[in-house]
Amino acid sequence: MYRYDEFDRTLVSERVAQFRRQVARRLTGELSEDQFKPLRLMNGLYLQLHAYMLRINVPYGCLSSAQLRALARIARRYDRGYGHFTTRQNIQFNWIALADAPDIMADLAAVEMNTMQSSGNCVRNVTADHYAGRAADEIEDPRVWCELLRQYSILNPEFSYLPRKFKLALTGSPHDRAAVAVHDIGLRMYRDEQGRPGFEVIVGGGQGRTPAIGKTIRQWIEPRHIILYVEAILRVYNLYGRRDNIYKARIKILVTALGIDRFRELVDAEWEQIRATGPVIDDAERARIQACFAPPDYDRAAAGDDPSPAAGISDPAYDAWLRSNVVAHKVAGYAIVNLSLKAPGRVPGDLAADKMERVADLADRFSCGELRINHRQNLSFVDVRRRDLPVLWRALSTLELATPNIGLASDIIACPGLDYCSLANARSIPIAQDLSRHFADTDKLQQVGSLTINISGCMNACGHHHVGNIGILGVDKRGAEFFQLTLGGSADENPSLGDRLGRGLPQADVPAAIERIVDAYLALRGDDETFLQTYRRVGIEPFRAVVYEPQGTTRQVA
Amino acid sequence: MTTLIKDGQAAKDIYLRIDGDDPIPDGGALLVSLPVWQDHWQRLTRRPDPIGVVLASHEHPEVIADDLENFAVIALEFPTFRDGRAYSYARLLRDRYGFSGELRAIGDVLLEQLHYMERVGFNAFELAGDDPLAELETARGDFSVWYQGAVDGRRPASVLRQARTSASK
Ligand code: HEM
Ligand code: SF4
Repeated sequence: MYRYDEFDRTLVSERVAQFRRQVARRLTGELSEDQFKPLRLMNGLYLQLHAYMLRINVPYGCLSSAQLRALARIARRYDRGYGHFTTRQNIQFNWIALADAPDIMADLAAVEMNTMQSSGNCVRNVTADHYAGRAADEIEDPRVWCELLRQYSILNPEFSYLPRKFKLALTGSPHDRAAVAVHDIGLRMYRDEQGRPGFEVIVGGGQGRTPAIGKTIRQWIEPRHIILYVEAILRVYNLYGRRDNIYKARIKILVTALGIDRFRELVDAEWEQIRATGPVIDDAERARIQACFAPPDYDRAAAGDDPSPAAGISDPAYDAWLRSNVVAHKVAGYAIVNLSLKAPGRVPGDLAADKMERVADLADRFSCGELRINHRQNLSFVDVRRRDLPVLWRALSTLELATPNIGLASDIIACPGLDYCSLANARSIPIAQDLSRHFADTDKLQQVGSLTINISGCMNACGHHHVGNIGILGVDKRGAEFFQLTLGGSADENPSLGDRLGRGLPQADVPAAIERIVDAYLALRGDDETFLQTYRRVGIEPFRAVVYEPQGTTRQVA
Repeated sequence: MTTLIKDGQAAKDIYLRIDGDDPIPDGGALLVSLPVWQDHWQRLTRRPDPIGVVLASHEHPEVIADDLENFAVIALEFPTFRDGRAYSYARLLRDRYGFSGELRAIGDVLLEQLHYMERVGFNAFELAGDDPLAELETARGDFSVWYQGAVDGRRPASVLRQARTSASK
């Protein structure tokens, strides 16, 4: 993975020192909260319902075991012993004291991590396919471009006060695991007719209160042009994005208002100007970064290993785990293993400090000391030798991290919701816990198959509800918590936004409604059809009927 | 009260602001709004004294790109520190339109932003506060490494890295 050199290290420690001074000025009252707010936000420090929350970047999802151990120490020393992995390849601590924040940042800097621009109206953490560099279906590892973009955006003097936040996601695979179509800019790699790899550039996607699937602004661009092309987009956005209304300030609103064709004209005109004079990506610098992502020395002999070793395990849970949590690797004899942070009844994305340390140990033992965070709030080991799978499964099982549910109904995304968040209408976490208990039965899970359930506590959509196959949105009805369901959303390479099912339901009715939806799907599905395929074939009506007209069984909503 | 800092020094602001229907005096340096410039440029350019123009944050410098030789100063306004358009304007004025005179940041200019402003080409600031010069020095001292090339000529990390690698060869 990328390692800081003296320049990165200096920059991050100078940032920590700067923030330390700012916090000191705040604590003495020299800065008012109003003046301090933009400064802390640029450093990932939010004020939530009960305490400060600190958001730490895990650039494009890559984390080392040493970094995870540092996070565990922070969780224990400065928080309440756990951290929360988010949908944007960040980790958040929810119980931070302002006076501690600079020390935490210094601890992070010591393991080459930072919180810069994890909030604020600037370019946020660059996210990517969490299997980058390892997936069997990948064209090229996108991480060198991710890192170049990360450096380009950090403390960018021109683009640190954009109209609104700006999120970039990249994938090097035709199969999109990074939800690139719902980002301000999404880059998807594919080969042109001559077989050359390049990026499709998608712009203006997003979630929040005005969800939008991004539009293709450029079919194919050579990767080495990507920084300048992104610069052209950022400049057009910085100049013309709306600043009069924060709800209309995202780039998606500009793209919709101008139309993609007009927007493209502006960007291309800008790009023509800068491509002649602007900096090209330096080959030597690119090679330096590329070298950081060199794969480990794989054992050639691994190719001869038993691909699905059982090692005497006759537990059906192991087979289920192999099916749903273990994924094909580029290299024969190796596997990608997903660690589920969604055991029944757990808070999606939360991980306790002692488990972080155990996971770090397992990463050292089984996966070259590295792991990944993904946008579905789970972790992945990306270099596991297949013959180690049984031992790893046992170890993960004792940690409750081997729930065989990746991509299945209980692998739920949930935002922090009203338990933490000052913007929330409703509690997302208890719904997620209820549903995961509800789908605790492995056979039922496997029978239902691929199904994403995403929960947001308000229309800001941090829990990706618009792109869940089933989306659950917390709404406020005269002071009471209600939940609005959407069906048919998807964040993969055929993205779609969910359709509203009907009026909101009280919390107690949500599990039963989901159950009816799932049962209706099981009754309607054709051979091998996923929930999404069935939904796209039959439409919303059959589902509406079972939820709202189930022979008088649902409680009537006020 | 604000203090003008130019090229890292406290400077006397010799310019009189002219906006709307303000009468245009016959003598003295003037800093005029864009509408005043557009309405009275013939008269303004006949005067011997220096002229500057103020652009509000919605006024793209493209509209004065052909007039730049007339201006000793261009002042770009930050109506609130959040409005970042002028960073791009500054960059365009320096890089694309080739403006080499004084580029002044006015309005809601925060200490923490001076660093970015210098990098995109501002060389003058109207600052509030008791000791703005000291503030500018602090802001300048915050960072010694930059990832991006910009118009201030400071070499970005990528260039320094390569320089170091070739020096060690
Ligand atoms: C608890 C503190 C949080 C606050 C105050 C907060 C605030 C917001 C707001 C206001 C938006 C809407 C932005 C817009 O539409 O322009 C948003 C979007 C979003 N947030 Fe959060 N959020 C929080 C936590 C999280 C967490 C924990 C995650 C990840 C699980 C997250 C991920 C996202 C994502 C993915 C979006 C939608 C993508 C988009 O910007 O289009 N946020 N957040
Ligand atoms: S979706 Fe709403 S409730 Fe949930 S974290 Fe985002 S802002 Fe808070």
